[in-house]
Amino acid sequence: MNPAFSVLVFTTAAGAAQGLVVVLALALLCGVPMAASFVRTCLLVAIVLLAVGLAASFLHLGRPLRAWRAAAMWRTSWLSREVIVLPAFIGLVAFWWGAARDPESAPARLILPLAAIAVAALLWYCTAMIYACLRFIEEWAQPLTVVNFVLLGLSSGSVLASALAALGGEARALALAAPLALVVTLVAWASRTAAWRRNAALRHRSTLQTATGIRSARLAQTSMGMSAGSFNTREFFHRASLAALGRIKGIAIVLAFALPAVLTAAVAAGALGDVACVVAVLVQAPGLIADRWLFFAQAKHPQNLYYQVVS
Amino acid sequence: MIAALKALFGRREAPAAAPPDAPARQLALVIDLNVCVGCHACVTSCKEWNTGGAAGPLFDENAYGANPTGTFFNRVQTYEAGVFPDTETIHFPKSCLHCEDPPCVPVCPTGASYKRKSDGIVLVDYDKCIACKYCAWACPYGAREIDEARQVMTKCTLCVDRLEDAALAPDDRKPACVKACPTGARLFGDVKDPDSEVSRAIRERGGYSLMPEWQTRPANQYLPRRITAVAGAGPGDVAARPDPHASAEGAGDAVIPPGR
Repeated sequence: MNPAFSVLVFTTAAGAAQGLVVVLALALLCGVPMAASFVRTCLLVAIVLLAVGLAASFLHLGRPLRAWRAAAMWRTSWLSREVIVLPAFIGLVAFWWGAARDPESAPARLILPLAAIAVAALLWYCTAMIYACLRFIEEWAQPLTVVNFVLLGLSSGSVLASALAALGGEARALALAAPLALVVTLVAWASRTAAWRRNAALRHRSTLQTATGIRSARLAQTSMGMSAGSFNTREFFHRASLAALGRIKGIAIVLAFALPAVLTAAVAAGALGDVACVVAVLVQAPGLIADRWLFFAQAKHPQNLYYQVVS
Repeated sequence: MIAALKALFGRREAPAAAPPDAPARQLALVIDLNVCVGCHACVTSCKEWNTGGAAGPLFDENAYGANPTGTFFNRVQTYEAGVFPDTETIHFPKSCLHCEDPPCVPVCPTGASYKRKSDGIVLVDYDKCIACKYCAWACPYGAREIDEARQVMTKCTLCVDRLEDAALAPDDRKPACVKACPTGARLFGDVKDPDSEVSRAIRERGGYSLMPEWQTRPANQYLPRRITAVAGAGPGDVAARPDPHASAEGAGDAVIPPGR
């Protein structure tokens, strides 16, 4: 697939916002004392990230003014379900932000954090299933797709929570968020590596023979039926070289996983100043975009079998 | 977890039998690979009709330049099978297969993509399409092309606007590509009617589906190429040569297979 930048930004920004909200909710439910202003700042950051993601998702549409129609087919379409759950999540976080002015109230202390965790999980599931339900894109049609969307969101969210706690001087919150960020980032790295390994070993069910029904063992396309490109060649081919893919994978590993893990570990151990968590956020963001780019680029659509040779 | 939630939320996986709301009629094309000569008349007639018909106008960019691109519902591709000198050139027309279980339809978030109940044609309602391109991702055949100018998803309509046009002569109420094909390589009809020309062709000449592994149950079928001996050919005659693929693969026809 040819990665669409709008979708990379949307899934990365929204995933981080979901992770941040979940970590904040967990901290509250665990009874970590935090200033009301800090909780509200975190929720505001999440709302801004979600708004950025929502704006990016509109840019993906050819007809953004008709976007309201996309809620119609929730019975069959994971995209439609995501379109319903995303604004619901934004509304929930905004409501919590309002209710958090009174931190001792039951909604702000218990009900809204629990609801936020549930809706964030549902949103991760909807987003991941948009890809995992396409059975013939075999790189995506696997449980690790869902696992990775959740883990990458939690990793970026907890790194972001650590940075906000460091900036806000919330030592107790930082003492929870930084070790959590370290653990989740390492688990996400392992899970992403497992997905890469699986996909590298994948033998696709579709071949040129099944695509055309021509049984000959030696079968080659001599013409795709057009001399220049079409939607089929633009949308489904990323055109990056294998070397470039390798470099982007290296960037993703170092920036999204290795460096944030080292920085949060150093902060948790007290070896570095708390501000290192801010550096971790700045380092991880481009790494996550690179990793999501790989997620799309590595998916080989079976239609590509029909578009091999220009002549 | 996925399986459980799928069972809960979706009616995704392909049902073994026809779904209860399956259309009684299923219009489709049957492509005869024996006689397609790769002239692209179906491609140009399709573009010509549909850019002016109900599905158009179809986008074109740089049409007379070095790198022309545009929206087409139908393409003719060419493949070479076998090893020289025993090779065969196979021209392969490709358009939407109007699957009986079309994966592009349930994923559409707006309901713009639908399968018509009356005759099984898979269509796009251009007034509802938001051009999210998800249906194109969900089609394993690459049958859908976005119209870059109008920003809606487009695809073969089997020329719905010809089929029901009372102003056309009855013999013209069929897809433009079928009318244009000079060799009669494109058969058109109801594949659910066992006595139709297309059903007979599929039954008697081993019509097959593309990518049967994904259980999309394409309505369009392809007729495999058969090597026919020339009557009275001598042993030195080219046509009397043994099938080039028989030795390599232990099979007769270069093109598969009987049955879907």
